[in-house]
Amino acid sequence: MSLLKVTNLVVSYGGIEALKGISFEVEQGQIVTLIGANGAGKSTTLRTISGLVAPRDGRIYFEGRDITDYNTQKIVETGIAMVPEGRRVFPNLTVLENLRIGAYLRKDKEVIEEDINYVYDLFPRLKERSWQLAGTLSGGEQQMLAVGRAVMTRPKLIMMDEPSLGLAPLVVKDIFRIIQTLKGTGMTVLLIEQNANAALHACDYAYVMETGRITMTGTGDELLASEAIQEAYLGKQADKPARS
Amino acid sequence: MQYNWKGCVPTVWDTVFPYLLSGISVGGQYALIAIGYTMVYGILRLINFAHGDVFMVAGIVMVYIAASGLPLWLCIPLVLLITVGIGFLIERVAYKPLRSAPRMSVMISAIGVSYTLQNLVLYITGGLNKQYPTIPWISETVVIGPAKTKLVTVVTPFLVILLVFALVTLINKTKIGMAMRAVSKDFETSQLMGIKINNVISATFIIGSFLAGVGSVLYFTNYPTVIQTSGAMPGLKAFVAAVFGGIGSIPGAVIGAFIIGVMENIIKGLDVILFKAGITSGPLGLATFSDAFTFALLIIILVVKPTGLFGEKVTDKV
Repeated sequence: MSLLKVTNLVVSYGGIEALKGISFEVEQGQIVTLIGANGAGKSTTLRTISGLVAPRDGRIYFEGRDITDYNTQKIVETGIAMVPEGRRVFPNLTVLENLRIGAYLRKDKEVIEEDINYVYDLFPRLKERSWQLAGTLSGGEQQMLAVGRAVMTRPKLIMMDEPSLGLAPLVVKDIFRIIQTLKGTGMTVLLIEQNANAALHACDYAYVMETGRITMTGTGDELLASEAIQEAYLGKQADKPARS
Repeated sequence: MQYNWKGCVPTVWDTVFPYLLSGISVGGQYALIAIGYTMVYGILRLINFAHGDVFMVAGIVMVYIAASGLPLWLCIPLVLLITVGIGFLIERVAYKPLRSAPRMSVMISAIGVSYTLQNLVLYITGGLNKQYPTIPWISETVVIGPAKTKLVTVVTPFLVILLVFALVTLINKTKIGMAMRAVSKDFETSQLMGIKINNVISATFIIGSFLAGVGSVLYFTNYPTVIQTSGAMPGLKAFVAAVFGGIGSIPGAVIGAFIIGVMENIIKGLDVILFKAGITSGPLGLATFSDAFTFALLIIILVVKPTGLFGEKVTDKV
């Protein structure tokens, strides 16, 4: 049984269908990625899973349970954490408070302290800046904090919306290293990326989205080898000029 | 020749002091109301126009509860409890259903609540001035230096500082306070942390109403009666104080309120002060301008520094 299963998900915003019935699965312990151009519906998919957007049709199952009608808070409790697009750390809270707020629903005080240390081990930079307001961090540090904050919810599935967006190439490398580390600890990752190359290299399985539909699926290597993908997303030209 | 309290010839200070004292006291009462405005704005970006009326309703509730013959020591907590309940209900009934509506709709709803409360009280009281009960201890007269005043004048600033200290501690040191700060920045991400937005917003209204309730007990002890419009002026002045201090900022609201309270009272006494100081030879009628001062200040602030003393730059939520 897969950890997350989405069937025939339809979402519309004011009459426009952002998702036109997508289905996919995320296996336990894997890194699964959704790639696609802007407006393909990737973010909408994550927002719907985390309960911020209500679907018009379709079901979402987590560990076999139907969570489609759960509210966001309950979904977090169930074990799904999200690292939102644009990082969205709380700029007026300190780094430490941002981590603590990730553990907002948890009652296990001692374990929370251990987890904070765990996140600090993962990101030593954050430890140095523990008392700094998150708004004063650099983009890369904020992204680390956003990931750390999600880890603090002790999720089974961590969803990341464009973690590499707007970051320097070296920092992007860091972020992908962290994603592998998280996988190593048994966490499952659902990753959205425009940086298709990096995402496909990192993932176990990938789905390609185009205007609200899933058009291709396969392992990362399969898709990397696919000509259509190379043309459309990896910027490698075959004989014809690449689509923009 | 008159002699002052020390048996010396009175100085200008002797004239100024009583006005200063009542200014600080009134400022403290404005501060308790202003915190409610500023906190609700901080979280919902809403000017809660009904807040001044919650303050007035607290006064009316006190009148009726005291009239029922309950002992006064029981009346005060009861009044605070009812005020908190009213604040909570207003948010649930009039603002919560409009959570995703344009901000203008919520503001109009707030104006509606304001008039509803006023007219409800008008209906109950028949538009008559209601005698505010005399609360023992704080109604006693004390003499401090050259000023003869009620004890409430002296107690208010200390109580305000104590409450503000408690509030700031709550916001900075507790879990709910952390949630409040988070929600005030970003609703959606707060939800992703598992924070129940509605509970945090309710907590904000509860705190605001509680402080307005305390403010009402202090304020009406100095004024003999309550009527349905009693909340309008103090509410408006507290609002100006919140804008002056930088709306959204609690220390700003408190400092703004003290400044407005003091300035207003000094202007009230300016005729006498100037006369005693030998600058003028007769009354100029400046006292009339004490309210106008507050609103002129509002205009000047909005023109010169719209973010107020401690306000942050207003950026629309993404």
